[in-house]
This record gives sequence, C-alpha cells and structure tokens, in this order.
Amino acid sequence: MLKVIDLTRVYRQGAAAHLAIDNASFTVAEGELVTIVGPSGCGKSTLLRCIAGLMTPTSGQVVLNGNLVTQVPDRLAVVFQDYSRSLFPWLTVRENVALPLRRTQRKRHARNQAAESALAAVGLTDAAPRYPWQLSGGMQQRVAIARALACEPVLLLMDEPFGSVDAQTREDLEDLLLLMRAERGITTLLVTHDIDESVYTGDRVIVLTSSPGRIRAEITVDLPQPRDQISTKELRAFSHLRAEVSRLVRGQPAAPASQRADEHGSFGPSARPEPSGTVSPTPDTSPWTSTTPTAHS
Amino acid sequence: MMTRLALSAGRRLRWTQHWLVLAAAVGLWQLWAQQRNSPYFPPPSVILPQMRQLWFSGPADHLFLTPDATSNIVPSLIRVLLGLGISIAVAVPLGIALGRSPAVTGFLDPLLQFARSIPVVTAAPLFIALFRIGTQMEVATIVAGTIWPLLLNTIDGASSLDPIKIETARAFRLSRWHRLTRLIIPSALPKIFTGLRLSLSLSLILMVFSELVGSTNGIGYEMSSASSEFNLPVFWAVLVLLGILGYLLNAVLYAVERLALRWHGAASQRAY
Repeated sequence: MLKVIDLTRVYRQGAAAHLAIDNASFTVAEGELVTIVGPSGCGKSTLLRCIAGLMTPTSGQVVLNGNLVTQVPDRLAVVFQDYSRSLFPWLTVRENVALPLRRTQRKRHARNQAAESALAAVGLTDAAPRYPWQLSGGMQQRVAIARALACEPVLLLMDEPFGSVDAQTREDLEDLLLLMRAERGITTLLVTHDIDESVYTGDRVIVLTSSPGRIRAEITVDLPQPRDQISTKELRAFSHLRAEVSRLVRGQPAAPASQRADEHGSFGPSARPEPSGTVSPTPDTSPWTSTTPTAHS
Repeated sequence: MMTRLALSAGRRLRWTQHWLVLAAAVGLWQLWAQQRNSPYFPPPSVILPQMRQLWFSGPADHLFLTPDATSNIVPSLIRVLLGLGISIAVAVPLGIALGRSPAVTGFLDPLLQFARSIPVVTAAPLFIALFRIGTQMEVATIVAGTIWPLLLNTIDGASSLDPIKIETARAFRLSRWHRLTRLIIPSALPKIFTGLRLSLSLSLILMVFSELVGSTNGIGYEMSSASSEFNLPVFWAVLVLLGILGYLLNAVLYAVERLALRWHGAASQRAY
C-alpha cells in the first residue's frame, strides 16, 4: 500500500549540501507495522516527513495506494515526538482531538462523539474537558494518539512517539499502540532510535545507517502476537533479534550463521534456536546499496 | 482543594495589603498637605469632595453623574475606546498578515521603525490641520500613537510560531481558516496583549494631550481650563480621576487577558 522508491533528500545546495536520505526504497503492506530504527541524525525524521508529504524529496517517489504523494495525503495521521508542542495548549483535549475532523465532518456533535470515542480508546475518557497541560506527559501523548486515531487514517506515521516519556510509560504506550493496531489494523510506520522498541513493536524493522541515511537491512520480526512486555522480551528470539539490529545500527557486520549458533549454544543445549528472524540485505538496485555490507562481512 | 483555599487566602491578603498601602499614602498626603497648607497642594479632604461635587452628585437616574461628568468624562472615555478600537482593528489583522510574510516585513521594517520613532505629540499640529479640532482629531492622535506597539508586537507574535505546531497543522490538513483562528491568533495572543497594555497607557496620555491642545470638552479640556483659572482643587480632582481611570482600565484589560490566556501562564510553567 505504501511504496517508497529511490527516495533521496539533500539539504542545502553546493558545497554545504548534506545528504540526509540516500536512495531509500521499501514497501509497507496493508495492515503492517514497520519500524525504522537508526542512530540519531540518520535522517529517520526526514524520511518520515517525505512520506507524510510535509517535505518534498530531492528525488525519488512516495506512492500511497497507487497515488504519488506530492502533498499531505488524505487520511494520513502523524504522531510527533514532542507532544507538548504538537498539542494546542489553548484548546481542551476534546477540541484538540476534534479539530482535524472539521474538514470531513460538519456536525459538531458527530465530531465530539468521534473525539470522545478516540479518547476512550486510549483510556482518557475523563480528560476530555481538561487542557493538555493539565495532564502528564504520557497522557498528553495518548491525546496525540487519540487525535491521530480519530481521523481514521489509512496510514499512521509516528516520529519517535515515545521518546520523551519515562520507561514505564513508554512500555504502556507501546502496548497501547499494539492494541490499537490489533483492533483497527491501521498500517503504521514508526520511527525510533530505540532498538528494543523497534523489535518489540514491529512486524518488520528497517535499519538505517547515518550520514548519509541509507537502508542497511530489513529484518522480519516473527515474534508471536500478542506481544507482552515481559514474556516477549524474555524470549531468546527477542534477544537475538535485538542483538542483530544492534549490530546493524552500530555499523558492525551482522553475525554469520555459525557464530549465531555459538551464541545461542551458550544458553544450554535446549536453546538451539530455529531462526526466528530473517535478515535480508536490501536488493542491490543501486551503486549505493551494493557498497554497504549487510548480512556478511 | 487545599491549594484553592490557600490561593484565595493569599489573594485576600494581597487585597488587604493593597488597600492598606493606598490608605496609608492618602493619610500621609493628608497630613503633609495640611501641615504645608499650600494652595498648590490641596489635601485629599479638599480634592475628594471636589470630585464628588463636580462629577458624582448627579441624580440617581443618571447613575449619579453630573452634567459635567457626562459632557467631559464620557467623551474622553469614548475617544480612548474608539482610538484603541481602531488601533486593534487595523494593527492586529495587519500585524498577523505581516508576521506571516517575513519577506514583506523585512522590506517594510525600516519604514515601521522610522514611523514608530516619531513622538506623536510633536505631530499634533499636523493632526489639527488634517482633522480640525474635535473628536476626529483626538481619536486620530490616539490611533497614531497606540497603533505602533500593537502592530510591532502582533508582527512579533505572529512570526514566532512554533514550527512543530505549523507542521501539526499541515499534517492534519487544517484549513486556512482554522490555521488562522486555531493556531496563528492564539499563538500571537500573548504578544498582542503585551502590545495592548502599552497602547492602553499611551492612549490615556494621548487623550489628555490631544484635549489640552485642541478640544472643547473632555477631561484634558477640563484640566486646562482649571489650570488657566488657577482652580487648583479642580485641577487636582482631574489628576486623581485620571489615575483612577488608568487603574480601572488596566484592571479590566488584566481581567480579559487572564481569561483569554488562561492556558498561557499554566502551560508555560509546566512541561517546557
């Protein structure tokens, strides 16, 4: 449903030019939750903004449901990292959630009802008449998620959505995201620098390297659903995937198959794993990707 | 609940303090003026009855206002409010338009800085020539002085929008109207009120000044005729009245501001 084709974004021109995203190509299927992980400054947010139509790529294309994205597409929703700046402090929580609906829904009553039900879905039924600044950080980000859900988006983009809350709240919000996804099947693209988060929430992880931002690998996460903060993270498959992504993020070569087996062997004889994740190097479609080592050194 | 009680107790204490300080100042003035016994500095015991007799001893169906009050205080207040109203109506939309178009503002900036640097009082003869003596000229003087703080502050407020909020508005495809009414104006409002407070105090000064130089009624006119007749109790009554009017207008503005910017103080205290 979402296709990103050879997307390149350069900031500034001439000698000061900075290549933020270099020839990124990937697809996201209907209903899939894909995470993009990479070190800070790797162009993750630039990539997301190009997909959202908030920024024009220097070259390449973004195609959503067969339509070329040239401006912010209809039925797209974004959750930004900085909830305190993304929510409007002069509007109540209900007004914040209902505001984007004015384009499509003329009746005030219907807008408020949609806002209330989105707030109920994120567990904030009682917060509707309050102001965002009267709520905790985690609750504010829930409001931002409710605002996105209320639009009934076909594509949900999240830019480091849980980067500014404490660890406990972050886990709660990750689970909220997974629950919403399971209930509504919204196609979601989540950008994060947190490796655990990328593996825990994603169906697939896209690893970016920094300066310039290039896709280094795509990793399918076939951890069982529904996921659980404790039991999923306890799985060897989880720690394996996590290590795999870590290596890729740090620019180390992915572990060869034999080494992988050794690692797991140390857990004991019963721990010999069936491969839980498959690492696929990005196809060598351009001179750039072919220079990047992926699955082997 | 506790905090609310504590707050209202604190507020009551502040009120008491304010009135005590005011009462003490009036008392000291009374003692000092009595002792000095100069015709130039009458004591409050002379000024206050003078004010009452001049303006507030009218019939009950005129809210106790005397003809002198309705023919001087009322026109002056109308001029102040009219002048401020015109300034707001011109400066706020213009300031928002300019604030959202930095290229145009950069172009016009030298002109704006030049225009606002001219003391309006020195241009009074021009206004008299342009509008002749009367309400038009006085309102024009007030507008010419009060428009600049409002305009420059509105430009400032509208141009310093939070980029993340702009991006949010774009990502959720808010219409132009909603961007204006739900994002740009609320964002600029704290700055607009800053300008408004400056303009309000300027407007009183300009009202008195314009009535001193060219008017047939109004508070400034009453003041100039009292001083030319050496009627010092009336002169002082006008001074005190101006102080009271300034205080009341400021209090009204403050109340409106608190209501309109409820989110501002609280939101900037937390989270950021």
